[in-house]
Amino acid sequence: MDRRHHILVCTFFIWVLLLTGCATEHRFVKKVAFKDKNKVVMTFAGPVDETWAKDVANYSVYEKQDPDILLKITDIALSPDKRTVTLTFEDALNQDQAHILTVTEMMSAGRSQGTAILTVKKLYFGYLFSILIGAMIINNFVFTKYLGLCVFFGTSQKKTTAVGMGITFTIVIVFASMMSWFLYQFVLKPYHLDFLQVVVFIGLVSLSVQAVDTILRKVNPALFKAFGVYLVLVIANCIIIAVPLILADNEYNAWESLMLSLGAGTGFLIALFLMSSVREKLELANVPPTFRGLPIAFVVAGLFALAFLGFSGMSIF
Amino acid sequence: MCPAVGISTSVMNGLLLGIAVLFVQVFSSCTIALIKDYIHPRIRIPTYTLTIATWVTVIDLVLAAYVPVAYKAMGIFVKLIVAFAIITMRLEMFACKNTVTASFWDGLGMGLGFMFAMMTLGFVRELLGMGTLLGYDILGFRPLLFFALPAAGFFLVGLMMAMFNYIEVVYNRRKKGL
Repeated sequence: MDRRHHILVCTFFIWVLLLTGCATEHRFVKKVAFKDKNKVVMTFAGPVDETWAKDVANYSVYEKQDPDILLKITDIALSPDKRTVTLTFEDALNQDQAHILTVTEMMSAGRSQGTAILTVKKLYFGYLFSILIGAMIINNFVFTKYLGLCVFFGTSQKKTTAVGMGITFTIVIVFASMMSWFLYQFVLKPYHLDFLQVVVFIGLVSLSVQAVDTILRKVNPALFKAFGVYLVLVIANCIIIAVPLILADNEYNAWESLMLSLGAGTGFLIALFLMSSVREKLELANVPPTFRGLPIAFVVAGLFALAFLGFSGMSIF
Repeated sequence: MCPAVGISTSVMNGLLLGIAVLFVQVFSSCTIALIKDYIHPRIRIPTYTLTIATWVTVIDLVLAAYVPVAYKAMGIFVKLIVAFAIITMRLEMFACKNTVTASFWDGLGMGLGFMFAMMTLGFVRELLGMGTLLGYDILGFRPLLFFALPAAGFFLVGLMMAMFNYIEVVYNRRKKGL
Protein backbone atom coordinates (compact mmCIF):
# COMPACT_ATOMS: atom_id res chain seq x y z
CA MET A 1 0.00 0.00 0.00
CA ASP A 2 2.74 2.36 1.03
CA ARG A 3 4.75 1.57 -2.05
CA ARG A 4 1.81 2.08 -4.38
CA HIS A 5 1.26 5.43 -2.78
CA HIS A 6 4.83 6.42 -3.56
CA ILE A 7 4.55 5.35 -7.16
CA LEU A 8 1.34 7.34 -7.55
CA VAL A 9 2.93 10.48 -6.15
CA CYS A 10 5.96 10.08 -8.42
CA THR A 11 3.84 9.60 -11.56
CA PHE A 12 1.79 12.62 -10.60
CA PHE A 13 4.90 14.79 -10.36
CA ILE A 14 6.26 13.52 -13.65
CA TRP A 15 2.92 14.32 -15.33
CA VAL A 16 2.92 17.80 -13.87
CA LEU A 17 6.43 18.33 -15.19
CA LEU A 18 5.55 17.03 -18.64
CA LEU A 19 2.35 19.04 -18.80
CA THR A 20 4.05 22.29 -17.90
CA GLY A 21 6.19 21.58 -20.95
CA CYS A 22 3.49 21.09 -23.60
CA ALA A 23 0.26 22.69 -22.43
CA THR A 24 -0.84 25.67 -24.52
CA GLU A 25 -3.12 28.51 -23.61
CA HIS A 26 -5.57 28.28 -26.50
CA ARG A 27 -8.12 25.56 -27.24
CA PHE A 28 -7.61 25.63 -31.00
CA VAL A 29 -3.80 25.29 -30.82
CA LYS A 30 -2.90 21.79 -29.72
CA LYS A 31 0.84 22.06 -29.53
CA VAL A 32 3.62 24.51 -30.15
CA ALA A 33 7.31 23.63 -29.96
CA PHE A 34 10.81 24.45 -31.22
CA LYS A 35 12.26 22.50 -34.12
CA ASP A 36 15.84 22.48 -35.41
CA LYS A 37 17.74 25.70 -34.77
CA ASN A 38 15.43 28.30 -36.23
CA LYS A 39 11.94 26.80 -36.50
CA VAL A 40 8.74 26.79 -34.50
CA VAL A 41 6.06 24.20 -35.22
CA MET A 42 2.39 24.76 -34.38
CA THR A 43 -0.21 22.00 -34.48
CA PHE A 44 -3.86 23.03 -34.73
CA ALA A 45 -6.98 21.13 -33.71
CA GLY A 46 -8.50 21.54 -37.18
CA PRO A 47 -7.40 22.48 -40.71
CA VAL A 48 -6.53 26.14 -41.21
CA ASP A 49 -7.01 28.26 -44.32
CA GLU A 50 -3.98 28.48 -46.55
CA THR A 51 -4.28 32.19 -47.37
CA TRP A 52 -4.40 32.99 -43.67
CA ALA A 53 -1.60 30.62 -42.71
CA LYS A 54 0.81 31.91 -45.36
CA ASP A 55 0.49 35.55 -44.28
CA VAL A 56 3.51 36.67 -42.26
CA ALA A 57 1.55 39.58 -40.76
CA ASN A 58 -0.56 37.14 -38.75
CA TYR A 59 2.36 36.04 -36.58
CA SER A 60 4.58 37.97 -34.23
CA VAL A 61 7.29 36.36 -32.12
CA TYR A 62 9.60 37.77 -29.46
CA GLU A 63 11.70 36.54 -26.58
CA LYS A 64 9.93 36.84 -23.26
CA GLN A 65 12.81 38.91 -21.86
CA ASP A 66 12.73 41.66 -24.48
CA PRO A 67 9.32 42.23 -26.04
CA ASP A 68 10.62 45.13 -28.16
CA ILE A 69 12.65 42.97 -30.53
CA LEU A 70 10.35 41.14 -32.95
CA LEU A 71 11.97 38.14 -34.61
CA LYS A 72 11.84 38.06 -38.40
CA ILE A 73 10.03 35.19 -40.12
CA THR A 74 11.45 34.20 -43.51
CA ASP A 75 9.28 31.26 -44.47
CA ILE A 76 5.97 29.63 -43.53
CA ALA A 77 5.24 26.02 -44.45
CA LEU A 78 1.83 24.34 -44.22
CA SER A 79 1.52 20.57 -44.02
CA PRO A 80 -0.75 18.78 -46.58
CA ASP A 81 -3.46 18.10 -43.97
CA LYS A 82 -3.36 21.84 -43.13
CA ARG A 83 -3.07 21.18 -39.41
CA THR A 84 0.62 21.93 -38.93
CA VAL A 85 2.31 25.24 -39.60
CA THR A 86 6.10 25.57 -39.51
CA LEU A 87 7.58 29.03 -39.08
CA THR A 88 11.19 29.49 -40.18
CA PHE A 89 13.13 32.40 -38.71
CA GLU A 90 15.98 34.41 -40.18
CA ASP A 91 18.32 33.81 -37.21
CA ALA A 92 18.78 30.86 -34.90
CA LEU A 93 16.52 31.03 -31.85
CA ASN A 94 17.88 31.11 -28.33
CA GLN A 95 15.95 28.07 -27.19
CA ASP A 96 16.89 28.41 -23.52
CA GLN A 97 14.58 31.42 -23.37
CA ALA A 98 10.82 31.22 -23.49
CA HIS A 99 9.38 32.87 -26.60
CA ILE A 100 5.98 34.53 -26.91
CA LEU A 101 4.13 33.81 -30.14
CA THR A 102 1.04 35.84 -30.99
CA VAL A 103 -1.24 34.45 -33.69
CA THR A 104 -4.00 36.81 -34.84
CA GLU A 105 -7.46 35.81 -36.09
CA MET A 106 -6.88 32.15 -36.87
CA MET A 107 -9.10 31.16 -39.83
CA SER A 108 -10.35 27.60 -40.00
CA ALA A 109 -12.81 26.59 -42.73
CA GLY A 110 -13.83 30.21 -43.17
CA ARG A 111 -14.50 30.76 -39.46
CA SER A 112 -12.40 32.80 -37.14
CA GLN A 113 -11.02 31.03 -34.08
CA GLY A 114 -9.86 34.18 -32.31
CA THR A 115 -6.39 35.34 -31.39
CA ALA A 116 -3.93 33.19 -29.42
CA ILE A 117 -0.96 34.27 -27.34
CA LEU A 118 1.27 31.23 -26.94
CA THR A 119 4.42 30.54 -24.96
CA VAL A 120 7.04 28.43 -26.72
CA LYS A 121 9.60 26.79 -24.48
CA LYS A 122 11.68 23.69 -24.23
CA LEU A 123 10.29 20.64 -22.53
CA TYR A 124 10.90 21.32 -18.87
CA PHE A 125 11.84 17.75 -18.07
CA GLY A 126 14.59 17.82 -20.68
CA TYR A 127 15.82 21.15 -19.38
CA LEU A 128 16.13 19.73 -15.86
CA PHE A 129 17.91 16.68 -17.19
CA SER A 130 20.37 18.88 -19.05
CA ILE A 131 21.14 20.73 -15.80
CA LEU A 132 21.80 17.40 -14.10
CA ILE A 133 24.10 16.06 -16.81
CA GLY A 134 25.73 19.47 -17.14
CA ALA A 135 26.73 19.61 -13.49
CA MET A 136 27.71 15.96 -13.50
CA ILE A 137 29.91 15.67 -16.57
CA ILE A 138 30.08 18.67 -18.88
CA ASN A 139 30.86 21.17 -16.11
CA ASN A 140 32.23 18.65 -13.64
CA PHE A 141 33.06 20.61 -10.50
CA VAL A 142 36.40 18.92 -9.92
CA PHE A 143 37.83 18.72 -13.41
CA THR A 144 36.47 21.85 -15.06
CA LYS A 145 35.83 24.22 -12.15
CA TYR A 146 38.68 23.07 -9.90
CA LEU A 147 36.71 22.99 -6.68
CA GLY A 148 36.93 20.60 -3.76
CA LEU A 149 40.52 19.63 -4.48
CA CYS A 150 41.66 19.18 -0.86
CA VAL A 151 39.14 16.42 -0.21
CA PHE A 152 39.51 15.12 -3.75
CA PHE A 153 43.22 14.40 -3.34
CA GLY A 154 42.84 13.37 0.30
CA THR A 155 40.29 10.62 -0.20
CA SER A 156 41.06 9.24 -3.64
CA GLN A 157 43.69 6.72 -2.63
CA LYS A 158 41.41 3.70 -2.36
CA LYS A 159 38.24 2.86 -4.27
CA THR A 160 36.23 2.00 -1.16
CA THR A 161 37.10 5.29 0.53
CA ALA A 162 36.36 7.16 -2.67
CA VAL A 163 32.91 5.66 -3.09
CA GLY A 164 32.08 6.17 0.59
CA MET A 165 33.12 9.79 0.46
CA GLY A 166 31.25 10.37 -2.80
CA ILE A 167 27.97 8.94 -1.51
CA THR A 168 28.15 10.79 1.82
CA PHE A 169 28.96 13.98 0.00
CA THR A 170 26.05 13.60 -2.44
CA ILE A 171 23.55 13.12 0.40
CA VAL A 172 24.84 16.08 2.40
CA ILE A 173 25.09 18.45 -0.57
CA VAL A 174 21.50 17.80 -1.70
CA PHE A 175 20.29 18.34 1.85
CA ALA A 176 22.39 21.45 2.47
CA SER A 177 21.79 23.19 -0.85
CA MET A 178 18.04 22.66 -0.74
CA MET A 179 18.01 24.24 2.72
CA SER A 180 20.13 27.17 1.67
CA TRP A 181 18.03 27.64 -1.47
CA PHE A 182 14.93 27.84 0.70
CA LEU A 183 16.53 30.26 3.14
CA TYR A 184 17.89 32.45 0.34
CA GLN A 185 14.64 32.64 -1.60
CA PHE A 186 12.28 33.17 1.34
CA VAL A 187 14.36 34.99 3.94
CA LEU A 188 17.51 36.61 2.58
CA LYS A 189 16.08 37.92 -0.69
CA PRO A 190 12.79 39.39 0.57
CA TYR A 191 14.59 41.23 3.37
CA HIS A 192 17.51 42.38 1.16
CA LEU A 193 20.13 40.56 3.21
CA ASP A 194 22.00 39.21 0.16
CA PHE A 195 25.34 40.29 1.58
CA LEU A 196 24.97 37.74 4.37
CA GLN A 197 25.11 34.89 1.81
CA VAL A 198 28.51 33.55 2.79
CA VAL A 199 27.90 33.66 6.55
CA VAL A 200 24.47 32.06 6.32
CA PHE A 201 25.45 29.36 3.84
CA ILE A 202 28.53 28.21 5.73
CA GLY A 203 26.49 28.12 8.93
CA LEU A 204 23.78 26.08 7.23
CA VAL A 205 26.30 23.64 5.80
CA SER A 206 27.84 23.01 9.22
CA LEU A 207 24.36 22.62 10.66
CA SER A 208 23.24 20.13 8.05
CA VAL A 209 26.42 18.09 8.43
CA GLN A 210 25.72 17.94 12.14
CA ALA A 211 22.07 17.04 11.46
CA VAL A 212 22.96 14.22 9.05
CA ASP A 213 25.49 12.99 11.62
CA THR A 214 22.92 12.86 14.42
CA ILE A 215 20.10 11.39 12.32
CA LEU A 216 22.31 8.72 10.77
CA ARG A 217 23.68 7.73 14.18
CA LYS A 218 20.15 7.09 15.49
CA VAL A 219 18.42 5.73 12.41
CA ASN A 220 21.06 3.52 10.87
CA PRO A 221 24.11 2.82 13.03
CA ALA A 222 25.56 0.39 10.49
CA LEU A 223 25.52 3.04 7.79
CA PHE A 224 26.94 5.54 10.24
CA LYS A 225 29.84 3.23 10.96
CA ALA A 226 30.60 3.00 7.24
CA PHE A 227 30.18 6.69 6.33
CA GLY A 228 30.53 8.61 9.60
CA VAL A 229 34.24 9.32 9.16
CA TYR A 230 33.66 11.15 5.89
CA LEU A 231 31.09 13.52 7.34
CA VAL A 232 33.70 15.74 8.97
CA LEU A 233 35.55 16.06 5.67
CA VAL A 234 32.44 17.23 3.84
CA ILE A 235 32.72 20.70 5.41
CA ALA A 236 36.26 21.16 4.12
CA ASN A 237 35.00 20.70 0.55
CA CYS A 238 34.40 23.98 -1.20
CA ILE A 239 31.87 22.49 -3.67
CA ILE A 240 29.38 22.37 -0.82
CA ILE A 241 29.57 26.13 -0.37
CA ALA A 242 29.95 26.84 -4.11
CA VAL A 243 26.65 25.17 -5.09
CA PRO A 244 24.42 27.35 -2.85
CA LEU A 245 26.25 30.44 -4.14
CA ILE A 246 25.68 29.38 -7.76
CA LEU A 247 22.01 28.66 -7.00
CA ALA A 248 21.62 32.12 -5.50
CA ASP A 249 23.43 33.83 -8.39
CA ASN A 250 21.38 32.12 -11.10
CA GLU A 251 18.04 32.39 -9.30
CA TYR A 252 17.23 28.73 -9.86
CA ASN A 253 13.86 27.36 -8.76
CA ALA A 254 13.41 24.34 -6.49
CA TRP A 255 13.59 21.64 -9.20
CA GLU A 256 16.59 23.19 -10.90
CA SER A 257 18.35 23.52 -7.54
CA LEU A 258 17.69 19.88 -6.74
CA MET A 259 19.09 18.81 -10.11
CA LEU A 260 22.19 20.99 -9.85
CA SER A 261 23.07 19.80 -6.36
CA LEU A 262 22.43 16.19 -7.30
CA GLY A 263 24.61 16.63 -10.38
CA ALA A 264 27.39 18.26 -8.37
CA GLY A 265 27.34 15.41 -5.85
CA THR A 266 27.34 12.61 -8.40
CA GLY A 267 29.93 14.47 -10.47
CA PHE A 268 32.22 14.52 -7.45
CA LEU A 269 31.53 10.80 -6.96
CA ILE A 270 32.46 10.08 -10.58
CA ALA A 271 35.65 12.15 -10.32
CA LEU A 272 36.68 10.43 -7.09
CA PHE A 273 36.02 6.98 -8.53
CA LEU A 274 38.00 7.66 -11.72
CA MET A 275 40.89 9.12 -9.77
CA SER A 276 41.00 6.32 -7.20
CA SER A 277 41.05 3.67 -9.94
CA VAL A 278 44.12 5.32 -11.45
CA ARG A 279 45.82 5.85 -8.12
CA GLU A 280 45.37 2.20 -7.15
CA LYS A 281 47.22 1.26 -10.32
CA LEU A 282 49.85 3.92 -9.65
CA GLU A 283 50.76 2.17 -6.42
CA LEU A 284 52.16 -0.65 -8.52
CA ALA A 285 53.86 1.53 -11.11
CA ASN A 286 57.48 2.58 -10.98
CA VAL A 287 57.13 6.31 -10.37
CA PRO A 288 60.31 8.43 -9.97
CA PRO A 289 60.86 9.15 -6.26
CA THR A 290 60.42 12.90 -6.61
CA PHE A 291 57.00 12.41 -8.20
CA ARG A 292 55.72 9.80 -5.76
CA GLY A 293 52.53 10.64 -3.88
CA LEU A 294 50.83 13.98 -4.49
CA PRO A 295 52.82 15.34 -7.49
CA ILE A 296 51.92 12.42 -9.74
CA ALA A 297 48.31 12.61 -8.50
CA PHE A 298 48.21 16.23 -9.65
CA VAL A 299 49.59 15.32 -13.06
CA VAL A 300 46.98 12.55 -13.42
CA ALA A 301 44.26 15.03 -12.43
CA GLY A 302 45.62 17.35 -15.12
CA LEU A 303 45.23 14.60 -17.71
CA PHE A 304 41.67 13.96 -16.55
CA ALA A 305 40.94 17.67 -16.78
CA LEU A 306 42.23 17.69 -20.37
CA ALA A 307 39.99 14.73 -21.17
CA PHE A 308 36.98 16.45 -19.61
CA LEU A 309 37.75 19.50 -21.75
CA GLY A 310 36.40 17.38 -24.59
CA PHE A 311 32.91 17.59 -23.10
CA SER A 312 32.93 21.38 -22.97
CA GLY A 313 30.38 23.18 -25.08
CA MET A 314 28.30 20.04 -25.47
CA SER A 315 24.58 20.55 -25.08
CA ILE A 316 21.89 17.98 -24.51
CA PHE A 317 18.40 18.69 -25.89
CA MET B 1 44.16 24.69 -2.58
CA CYS B 2 41.28 24.96 -5.03
CA PRO B 3 41.94 28.53 -6.20
CA ALA B 4 45.63 27.72 -6.71
CA VAL B 5 44.57 25.75 -9.78
CA GLY B 6 41.44 27.57 -10.80
CA ILE B 7 42.43 31.20 -10.65
CA SER B 8 46.20 31.39 -11.12
CA THR B 9 46.03 32.08 -14.86
CA SER B 10 47.63 35.52 -14.52
CA VAL B 11 49.83 37.43 -12.08
CA MET B 12 47.07 39.94 -11.45
CA ASN B 13 44.53 37.30 -10.41
CA GLY B 14 47.13 35.65 -8.20
CA LEU B 15 47.96 38.99 -6.58
CA LEU B 16 44.34 39.91 -5.93
CA LEU B 17 43.42 36.55 -4.47
CA GLY B 18 46.64 36.64 -2.42
CA ILE B 19 45.67 40.04 -1.01
CA ALA B 20 42.19 38.77 -0.19
CA VAL B 21 43.58 35.73 1.63
CA LEU B 22 46.16 37.88 3.43
CA PHE B 23 43.44 40.24 4.58
CA VAL B 24 41.15 37.47 5.80
CA GLN B 25 43.98 35.62 7.52
CA VAL B 26 45.35 38.66 9.37
CA PHE B 27 42.00 39.99 10.49
CA SER B 28 40.54 36.67 11.60
CA SER B 29 43.77 35.83 13.44
CA CYS B 30 43.54 39.12 15.31
CA THR B 31 39.83 38.68 16.03
CA ILE B 32 40.28 35.19 17.41
CA ALA B 33 43.31 36.28 19.47
CA LEU B 34 41.19 39.09 20.92
CA ILE B 35 38.19 36.99 21.91
CA LYS B 36 39.92 33.69 22.64
CA ASP B 37 39.20 33.88 26.37
CA TYR B 38 35.45 34.07 25.80
CA ILE B 39 35.12 31.13 23.40
CA HIS B 40 33.91 27.89 24.86
CA PRO B 41 36.28 25.12 23.65
CA ARG B 42 33.43 22.99 22.33
CA ILE B 43 32.14 25.61 19.91
CA ARG B 44 35.52 26.92 18.81
CA ILE B 45 35.44 25.50 15.26
CA PRO B 46 32.03 27.04 14.39
CA THR B 47 33.29 30.31 15.88
CA TYR B 48 36.34 30.23 13.62
CA THR B 49 34.19 29.49 10.59
CA LEU B 50 31.80 32.36 11.31
CA THR B 51 34.66 34.79 11.96
CA ILE B 52 36.29 33.87 8.66
CA ALA B 53 32.93 34.13 6.87
CA THR B 54 32.44 37.65 8.23
CA TRP B 55 35.83 38.87 7.02
CA VAL B 56 35.35 37.12 3.67
CA THR B 57 32.09 39.03 3.23
CA VAL B 58 33.93 42.28 3.97
CA ILE B 59 36.73 41.70 1.45
CA ASP B 60 34.22 40.37 -1.09
CA LEU B 61 32.17 43.57 -0.95
CA VAL B 62 35.30 45.76 -1.02
CA LEU B 63 36.74 44.02 -4.08
CA ALA B 64 33.38 44.10 -5.85
CA ALA B 65 33.20 47.85 -5.28
CA TYR B 66 36.77 48.89 -6.15
CA VAL B 67 37.99 46.42 -8.80
CA PRO B 68 34.79 45.22 -10.47
CA VAL B 69 36.47 43.89 -13.64
CA ALA B 70 39.05 41.71 -11.88
CA TYR B 71 36.41 40.67 -9.37
CA LYS B 72 34.25 39.36 -12.17
CA ALA B 73 37.17 37.36 -13.54
CA MET B 74 37.74 35.74 -10.16
CA GLY B 75 34.05 34.98 -9.89
CA ILE B 76 33.05 32.74 -7.06
CA PHE B 77 36.57 32.10 -5.79
CA VAL B 78 36.73 35.09 -3.42
CA LYS B 79 33.69 33.84 -1.56
CA LEU B 80 35.20 30.36 -1.42
CA ILE B 81 38.08 31.58 0.75
CA VAL B 82 35.64 30.73 3.53
CA ALA B 83 36.27 27.01 2.93
CA PHE B 84 40.06 27.39 3.06
CA ALA B 85 41.52 24.78 5.38
CA ILE B 86 44.81 26.63 5.98
CA ILE B 87 43.13 29.67 7.53
CA THR B 88 41.12 27.58 9.99
CA MET B 89 44.21 25.50 10.73
CA ARG B 90 46.22 28.61 11.52
CA LEU B 91 43.54 29.88 13.89
CA GLU B 92 43.38 26.53 15.64
CA MET B 93 47.13 26.11 15.94
CA PHE B 94 48.34 29.63 16.63
CA ALA B 95 45.83 32.42 17.12
CA CYS B 96 43.85 30.78 19.90
CA LYS B 97 46.94 30.41 22.07
CA ASN B 98 48.87 33.63 21.43
CA THR B 99 48.56 37.41 21.85
CA VAL B 100 47.09 39.75 19.28
CA THR B 101 50.48 41.07 18.11
CA ALA B 102 51.97 37.61 17.67
CA SER B 103 48.85 36.46 15.80
CA PHE B 104 49.06 39.50 13.55
CA TRP B 105 52.63 38.69 12.46
CA ASP B 106 51.79 35.01 12.10
CA GLY B 107 48.81 35.82 9.91
CA LEU B 108 50.87 38.26 7.84
CA GLY B 109 53.56 35.64 7.25
CA MET B 110 51.05 32.99 6.22
CA GLY B 111 49.22 35.37 3.93
CA LEU B 112 52.40 36.61 2.27
CA GLY B 113 53.58 33.05 1.73
CA PHE B 114 50.31 32.15 0.04
CA MET B 115 50.40 35.33 -2.05
CA PHE B 116 53.93 34.58 -3.18
CA ALA B 117 53.00 31.03 -4.23
CA MET B 118 49.93 32.24 -6.13
CA MET B 119 51.94 34.92 -7.93
CA THR B 120 54.64 32.44 -8.92
CA LEU B 121 52.02 30.15 -10.43
CA GLY B 122 50.40 33.11 -12.14
CA PHE B 123 53.78 34.32 -13.43
CA VAL B 124 54.63 30.99 -15.09
CA ARG B 125 51.18 30.48 -16.51
CA GLU B 126 50.77 33.99 -17.88
CA LEU B 127 54.25 34.12 -19.36
CA LEU B 128 54.11 30.70 -21.00
CA GLY B 129 50.44 30.73 -21.85
CA MET B 130 49.82 34.23 -23.16
CA GLY B 131 53.32 35.68 -23.47
CA THR B 132 52.36 38.62 -21.26
CA LEU B 133 53.02 39.81 -17.71
CA LEU B 134 50.47 41.91 -15.82
CA GLY B 135 48.77 42.46 -19.16
CA TYR B 136 51.90 43.89 -20.86
CA ASP B 137 53.25 42.06 -23.87
CA ILE B 138 56.68 40.63 -23.02
CA LEU B 139 57.49 37.89 -25.48
CA GLY B 140 55.35 39.00 -28.41
CA PHE B 141 54.16 35.46 -29.08
CA ARG B 142 52.42 32.66 -27.21
CA PRO B 143 54.97 29.93 -26.42
CA LEU B 144 52.65 27.28 -24.97
CA LEU B 145 48.96 28.07 -25.13
CA PHE B 146 48.41 24.93 -23.06
CA PHE B 147 49.43 26.80 -19.91
CA ALA B 148 46.57 29.25 -20.29
CA LEU B 149 44.14 26.34 -20.24
CA PRO B 150 42.71 25.61 -16.81
CA ALA B 151 43.92 21.99 -16.95
CA ALA B 152 47.53 23.18 -16.90
CA GLY B 153 47.07 24.38 -13.32
CA PHE B 154 47.09 20.77 -12.18
CA PHE B 155 50.25 20.00 -14.13
CA LEU B 156 52.06 23.05 -12.87
CA VAL B 157 51.19 22.44 -9.21
CA GLY B 158 52.30 18.82 -9.63
CA LEU B 159 55.56 19.89 -11.26
CA MET B 160 56.25 22.48 -8.57
CA MET B 161 55.67 19.92 -5.83
CA ALA B 162 58.02 17.53 -7.62
CA MET B 163 60.60 20.32 -7.84
CA PHE B 164 60.46 20.93 -4.09
CA ASN B 165 60.71 17.18 -3.49
CA TYR B 166 63.75 17.10 -5.76
CA ILE B 167 65.44 19.95 -3.90
CA GLU B 168 64.79 18.12 -0.65
CA VAL B 169 66.24 14.87 -2.04
CA VAL B 170 69.36 16.62 -3.33
CA TYR B 171 69.77 18.51 -0.04
CA ASN B 172 69.50 15.32 2.02
CA ARG B 173 72.01 13.56 -0.24
CA ARG B 174 74.51 16.43 0.20
CA LYS B 175 74.04 16.34 3.95
CA LYS B 176 74.73 12.63 4.02
CA GLY B 177 77.74 13.04 1.75
CA LEU B 178 79.37 15.58 4.03
